[in-house]
Amino acid sequence: MSQLLTHTFITAFIVAWLAGAMPLMLAAVGETIGEQSGVLNLGIEGTMLVGGYFSYVAALHTHSLWLGMLAGGIMGALLTSVLVILSVWFGLNQIVIGIAVTLLGGGTTAVLFYSNYSQSTPRVPPATWNIPGLSDIPILGKSVFNQHGIFWVSILLMVVVSWLLTRTNWGLSVKAAGQKPLSLDAAGGSVMRTRSEAELLAGFFGGLGGAYLALIATSAFTPFMTAGLGYIAIIVTMLSRGKIYLVAIVALIYGLSVASGTVLQLTALNVPTDLISMLPYLVVMAMLLVFARSVYIPPALAAPYTRGAR
Amino acid sequence: MTNTESSPANGGVIRLHEITKAFPGVIANNKVSLELHNAQVHCLLGENGAGKSTLISILAGLQLPDSGTISVDGTPVFIGSPRMAKRLGIGVVHQHSTLVPGLTVLENLMLGEPGFRKREKLAIQRLEELSDLLGARILPKTPAAELGLGQQQQVEIAKAMWTGTRLLILDEPTSMLTPSAIDALGESLTRLTARGLGVVLITHKLREAYKMGDCVTVLRGGRNVAHLSVERMATMDEDSARAEILRAMFGDELADMDDLSEAEEISGATVARREVSRIDFSSAPVKLRLDSVTTGARSMDASITDISLEIRAGEILGIAGIDGHGQTGLAEVVAGQQNAFRGVIELNGADITRLGVRGRQAAGVRYVTDDRLHEGTVANLPVSINLMLKRIGEAPFWRAGQIDKKAVNKEAERLIEEYTIRTPSPATRVGTLSGGNIQKVLLARELGEGSQVVVVNKPTAGLDLKTVRMVHDVLRDFAAGGGSVLLISTEMDELIQLSHRIAVISRGSIVGMVPNDGPDTAERVGAFMIGGAEDGAA
Repeated sequence: MSQLLTHTFITAFIVAWLAGAMPLMLAAVGETIGEQSGVLNLGIEGTMLVGGYFSYVAALHTHSLWLGMLAGGIMGALLTSVLVILSVWFGLNQIVIGIAVTLLGGGTTAVLFYSNYSQSTPRVPPATWNIPGLSDIPILGKSVFNQHGIFWVSILLMVVVSWLLTRTNWGLSVKAAGQKPLSLDAAGGSVMRTRSEAELLAGFFGGLGGAYLALIATSAFTPFMTAGLGYIAIIVTMLSRGKIYLVAIVALIYGLSVASGTVLQLTALNVPTDLISMLPYLVVMAMLLVFARSVYIPPALAAPYTRGAR
Repeated sequence: MTNTESSPANGGVIRLHEITKAFPGVIANNKVSLELHNAQVHCLLGENGAGKSTLISILAGLQLPDSGTISVDGTPVFIGSPRMAKRLGIGVVHQHSTLVPGLTVLENLMLGEPGFRKREKLAIQRLEELSDLLGARILPKTPAAELGLGQQQQVEIAKAMWTGTRLLILDEPTSMLTPSAIDALGESLTRLTARGLGVVLITHKLREAYKMGDCVTVLRGGRNVAHLSVERMATMDEDSARAEILRAMFGDELADMDDLSEAEEISGATVARREVSRIDFSSAPVKLRLDSVTTGARSMDASITDISLEIRAGEILGIAGIDGHGQTGLAEVVAGQQNAFRGVIELNGADITRLGVRGRQAAGVRYVTDDRLHEGTVANLPVSINLMLKRIGEAPFWRAGQIDKKAVNKEAERLIEEYTIRTPSPATRVGTLSGGNIQKVLLARELGEGSQVVVVNKPTAGLDLKTVRMVHDVLRDFAAGGGSVLLISTEMDELIQLSHRIAVISRGSIVGMVPNDGPDTAERVGAFMIGGAEDGAA
């Protein structure tokens, strides 16, 4: 077991931890924005896949991870506009449309991938940022302070979202739209507009989550690579009650279980790999069981708003 | 931009001209014309369904009129959204709270403000100005869910006035207020009109209209049937004004009533009082007993904590409180729709805590829900089946798993006649009936065979005055026949007219019990209700 404690090992562990947590964190931040405004986006799984695929394509063509991430986010928002138009504007059932978006995103990206890249399966070369000074710290220097700049920008974006939700009139409107849309309408705000903006931003973050998964965490896209991560993001959102810092904590716990699985595989312990790949899902289920009572769902979630209908 | 000093000129007027608005099957407003002057309290009186709320939604920008025009100081305006109404300086305090319970007072007030960043300092300043004007102290950081009723209303008014309003509309603001809180509201309004603000006060209670209003307009069946101008109000004494308003409110129906006093009573013209003298219930057997009952529900409305109470045979126990403070939880735990997490429920001394809805139904515990349309009835099923809904599978209406349509229809026809349910036939879908008739279906179902204890939740909400009266009579008769009633209501007058005792519920617990034995009952009930908050409105 002594191999567990070597510096390289712990460094690898932390890298795996962050790689496991970040895509979920970004996606769950997106889902949080949407749910706070009263829109349940079950399409986030598809959004992540679309974000992942197009970030991969863009990064391969432009040789820029940054442009790849941007493309992923934009395509995520674009796919989510289906939900915005059909569910927010026309009031169609959010669950049905959400599932359709997931199927659409998963299916399209799989077909596109198989027709374009299944022979070559190119990889996106990884890249890292060294932060002078900090990168020389043992262990942390080679793990946390050796991430790509995208890691730091992602963190910054989440802080910005947190600020938006708590410190701006826009955030106030979002919360009102999710809790009591009639109040927002009566106060002169627009429920449709607020929800549309929130949901498009949610789609952008969902796309970023998928892009992070493809470009940073795994350096390649594979069809259906999210394997339920979008649904886990929905659970994380409901556990975090609209608080971004809680989203971060829950996502980190999930990332820890992903990394632990990797560690278990590397040790001499004879644990079946099937059990190991189950671990993150078991952790999520356990968290859900333990915290089920504190799950918060905005009262107007998934309820379309029509003025004058009581 | 949060400044009000655009003080409205005293001569300003908002004119509604021949406003018509029709909904499928009903003309809510039929060529209604009104003039709303600044610095006046204009009372809009009428029954439920007279078209008051529709008229207000039109002014508030929530509905568009089918025809007719609105002008402000002579300039025609189009009010297509609440935002446009706000821009014109029309602020509305809606009948149902529009505060978001999860946000603080300040956040609720800032909702809908222009600009990107929240400007809390400016908002706090503005709130202080308004607090002075209203004569109430409001703590900005209190979550809206924790406000007492009077405070909640003050915040609503502050919110309506937030951007410098010239016309303030209050939709039925007094239904759960105590007499002293109503006085406080009256004082606030006087201060506002003194500053040149116009006020529209909507109510179905005559005595308030007379007390607070400078002029009165009466709506009936969507039409403007009477207007008492400021000058006429000044020359008339209270009695003649009252008689004239009553004639306008009820028209021909007045002839059907025994005399004017009946009309006065049902229109809330007189101070509500239970005419029954004190009855000593101590010798009557206890029908229903709750002993420290607690439920584990998450929402505040559905959860109760440590409630103990007793209802004796023949007694009506009223439950007063701000809407959403555990009333639903209390009703459901008695009906068996929610499990008691702790505590014991007894019926006639027998423990029924573990019985389900079916078992309690059979034992004689019945529940008339406030959600008539969804929880109470199945809209697409016929009246007859809805009347049998809680006896499905029972003989003689079902035999060997087969429905006996003849037996069902016969029983349905009997109930339809007994409760004067207006329906074309027992086979009519219940969803097509009016609210009042649906409520009668519920009452007929729950108060029938073997009923011992009935829980009624807001039994008259949204009903016309005649049906209200019928419901009250049914409940009184039920109690007089030895039944027990747990009456949950948000109408103070109703509680006082019907109950023998009134318990006050707040945040899921009973905080006080008041015997209904004197003219000061409402005040004492109100004291307990305000007690929940640290700073009452009065």
